[in-house]
Amino acid sequence: MSQNLNPQNEDRKTGMQVLRELQKEHKESDSGLGKAHVSNRIAMGVLWGATGITIGLLAVILIYVSYHGVGVVLQNFPEFIVGWPQGVNAEGGIAPTIVATLYSTGLAMAIATPIAVLAAVYLAEYAKQGRIVKTIRFAADSLASVPSIVMGLFGLAFFVETMNIPLSMLAASLGLSLLMLPIIMRATEEAIRAVPRYIRWGSYGMGATKWQTVSRVVLPTATPRIITGLILALARAIGETAVVFYTMGIAINMPIIPTDSGRSMSVHLYLMAVEGINLPSAYGTAFLLLLIILILNLSARWISKRYSRIDNS
Amino acid sequence: MSTSTHQTKYSTQLQTDPLVTTYYVRDLEFWYGDFNALTNISLDVMPSAITAFIGPSGCGKSTFLRCMNRMNDLIPDTKVGGKMLLKGADIYSSGVDPVDLRRRVGMIFQQPNPFPQSIYDNVAYGPRLQGVKKKSDLDDIVEDSLKRANLWKEVSGILDKNGLAISGGQQQRLCIARVLAVQPEVLLMDEPCSAIDPTSVQKIEDLMAEIKDEVTIIIVTHNMQQAARVSDYTSFFLQEVAGEPAVLVESGKTSDIFTAPIDKRTEDYITGRFG
Amino acid sequence: MSNEELNQNPQNPLDSTVDSAVDPARDANATESMPEAGKESLRTDANPEKKTLTRTPGVTMKELADTAAQREPVPVVRPATKLQLVSRRTQIKEASLASLFFICAFLAVLGVSLIFAFVAWRAFPIVHEIGLWNFLTGTKWSVAEGVFGAVPFIMGSLVVVGGSLIMGVPLAVLTAVFMSEVASPRANAIIRPAVELLAGVPSVVVGFFGVVVVVPLVSQLVGGAGFGPLTAWIVLSIMIMPTITTLSEDALNSIPMGIREASYAMGATKWQTIWKVVIPAARVGIIDATILGMGRAIGETMAVLMVVGNAPQLFAGISAPISTMTSQIVLEMGYSSGTHRTALFGLAAILFLISMSLVLTVRLLSREQHKKRKKVKKGAEA
Repeated sequence: MSQNLNPQNEDRKTGMQVLRELQKEHKESDSGLGKAHVSNRIAMGVLWGATGITIGLLAVILIYVSYHGVGVVLQNFPEFIVGWPQGVNAEGGIAPTIVATLYSTGLAMAIATPIAVLAAVYLAEYAKQGRIVKTIRFAADSLASVPSIVMGLFGLAFFVETMNIPLSMLAASLGLSLLMLPIIMRATEEAIRAVPRYIRWGSYGMGATKWQTVSRVVLPTATPRIITGLILALARAIGETAVVFYTMGIAINMPIIPTDSGRSMSVHLYLMAVEGINLPSAYGTAFLLLLIILILNLSARWISKRYSRIDNS
Repeated sequence: MSTSTHQTKYSTQLQTDPLVTTYYVRDLEFWYGDFNALTNISLDVMPSAITAFIGPSGCGKSTFLRCMNRMNDLIPDTKVGGKMLLKGADIYSSGVDPVDLRRRVGMIFQQPNPFPQSIYDNVAYGPRLQGVKKKSDLDDIVEDSLKRANLWKEVSGILDKNGLAISGGQQQRLCIARVLAVQPEVLLMDEPCSAIDPTSVQKIEDLMAEIKDEVTIIIVTHNMQQAARVSDYTSFFLQEVAGEPAVLVESGKTSDIFTAPIDKRTEDYITGRFG
Repeated sequence: MSNEELNQNPQNPLDSTVDSAVDPARDANATESMPEAGKESLRTDANPEKKTLTRTPGVTMKELADTAAQREPVPVVRPATKLQLVSRRTQIKEASLASLFFICAFLAVLGVSLIFAFVAWRAFPIVHEIGLWNFLTGTKWSVAEGVFGAVPFIMGSLVVVGGSLIMGVPLAVLTAVFMSEVASPRANAIIRPAVELLAGVPSVVVGFFGVVVVVPLVSQLVGGAGFGPLTAWIVLSIMIMPTITTLSEDALNSIPMGIREASYAMGATKWQTIWKVVIPAARVGIIDATILGMGRAIGETMAVLMVVGNAPQLFAGISAPISTMTSQIVLEMGYSSGTHRTALFGLAAILFLISMSLVLTVRLLSREQHKKRKKVKKGAEA
């Protein structure tokens, strides 16, 4: 575009002349715009690069672990999954650790879910916005931020040493449920708040009580999102190590009743990796853990996607 | 009605020389993806005057306005066809930098949108982008722009206050000051008065009249009285059938459009039969 | 608070109107009729749209009836069928359910308090066994000699967290900016799940990855065994990045489109818009994200434990092994007793206090922001 399309504007009132001259000056050199474009291009490059690194890191972790792990699992299939660790180097399968992980997280979910969902119902539907709610919410935020090792230590001191629950599935799942509680609570509360008001009004308008409205209208509507939250909390608990380390024990054992001890997959992976005696088993365990997390993540995604499609239609 | 045969009616003859106009638009088309939103728009925007675009909601006048400073470039999957010249230069030719274009063609939006920064920083934003660094220069520009936007008296003592802390009408004038600070040649206003109080509307209309000699103003408005009050030229846009592209029905001097519209549909709209 | 009181309370006229609109029977039957929580949820949802209800705010059916009764001295004829309240049983059920929910919610408070109480209780003997000051300022930790100074671990944690923030925050925030400002929806359909998945990778797996990949790499790069702060920084920045990215992206997405358009319309480039308008506007959210990422980093246990080297000594270069509070607890808890165990609980107490204070900081920051916004709004209305 030509420089001076606006000749009639050349000599105009006093105030803007400063800017005018400055503008002209820099237009002649074109440094301002040129520089802006160069810095823009550089910045976009940096943004692309940063994102690339982030995605790359994930890809490297996934690919590296899978590359080494999938072979271990497939070569010893199905012994690796259903077999028992043998000898000092724990060769063979990791079945007891898989069972211990699923056992403790399942139990933890059974404990945490009802409490967390009802707590969220209270916060979202019943509570007065005031000091109590603020306190509860602050407590939930704090609980979510308690370092997992502190949670494990508390599990040891309280559940094991004070309440005399042995190192076991039960003690571990109590610890894990404390970990899951705030996650499920938040997800449920958000899910409930996302239920449109008019749906509630419809129910109240027909003379339903509070609980009838909540239990028959609000919660069913919020269910897909709640399940998504549950799955993500479950994924978090399955990978958790520090909490179960001092509450479940580390001995390899097939748990049958809740007071049996055991070793979780995550603890097994840690021990194998640190001791370095059986790296293949570590790779296999890491791969299985990642696989479980991946499946849980994908199913959470699938549910929320399906839900939003229903929502939009 | 077939869109290709649509004939816009003009109460003033279209110019043949692009250089006497600010905008010289011929056969402009616009698509969102596969949807043809505008077709067959030919129009002159005269310098040092206020042009109003009127028409019912969704008739494409805002879309057309956003073509004029290439804001639509920011929406993915949009296409423009036809000719749009700004003072003789094709703004859609490949050499044109939309960033440079937007420095010359300012825009005011329906919702006042000051940055969450101080009033001073809001106005100084544009000059700073263009490399003005000296504090005294910036001070001059800020004061001058705020004065031109009829806002100086109200905010001169609170320049360091957040731009969001003033009333909606003041915010809109702040946005105008912010645009004026980059000394645009054209000012596009997309329903600037639809979200603010009447006193501020008055002030904005006053300032439009004050600055129109220096800055060509194009205003999209729903308010027919406003169009009649402030504008020198008026163009009437209409999308008759949903899904069909919108067209320019009639264009010309405001006095002609409002007193002796040529097209029946213009008359219907102005007298309030639809929209 | 009874229904009537609520209705006369000028501060919430909306609630009473809504209540009466929802269920006239309740108001007709006056006080105590309705579990008051019912109003609460409606209030939570209350928004200005409710003003459009035709009834005058603050006036309920009952008050209307009362006024009518005053004006008309003739006794009101009772309707043949009295409006019946829901049965007492239903009422009791509703009330007891409400308190059950409250108890569930209160369990969160109880949980945190219990954790704090227990950790503090177990850590308390430090005061007379080691001395609080000696514990907090001692630079030597030796189980064999019975000397327990927390400084190496506090310092170790700070070094590890600081470094990982320096590496992780720019990467995370830039990724967030890319997602919210640059990437096409199609690109985001890949990036967002990837970030979420990265957030879900268990810390022990990341730690394992650190052991088998990052440790040898660092060892080759800077010499030594490869266990130490540098490795921990890399591993930990992977751990905290998804948290910071997700939260920062939320903050960026909450910035209204209008101010971006305004900036573009003034001839700003994309980067100028991001740098001068969008990021400043989202500043508080990004700071919040960073603080929460910091909380994650300081509490991170397994990944750090596996790569940091676990030597209870002061920071001595990026490849010299150190230890952190979390890793020391895991390492030594198993065989500790007596004063040793007390000291480990002391470390846990410090961790707990740090993470609580981070949560508190975020809370105060957002409250501050909230207040500011409110003030701004008030100003705008005036």
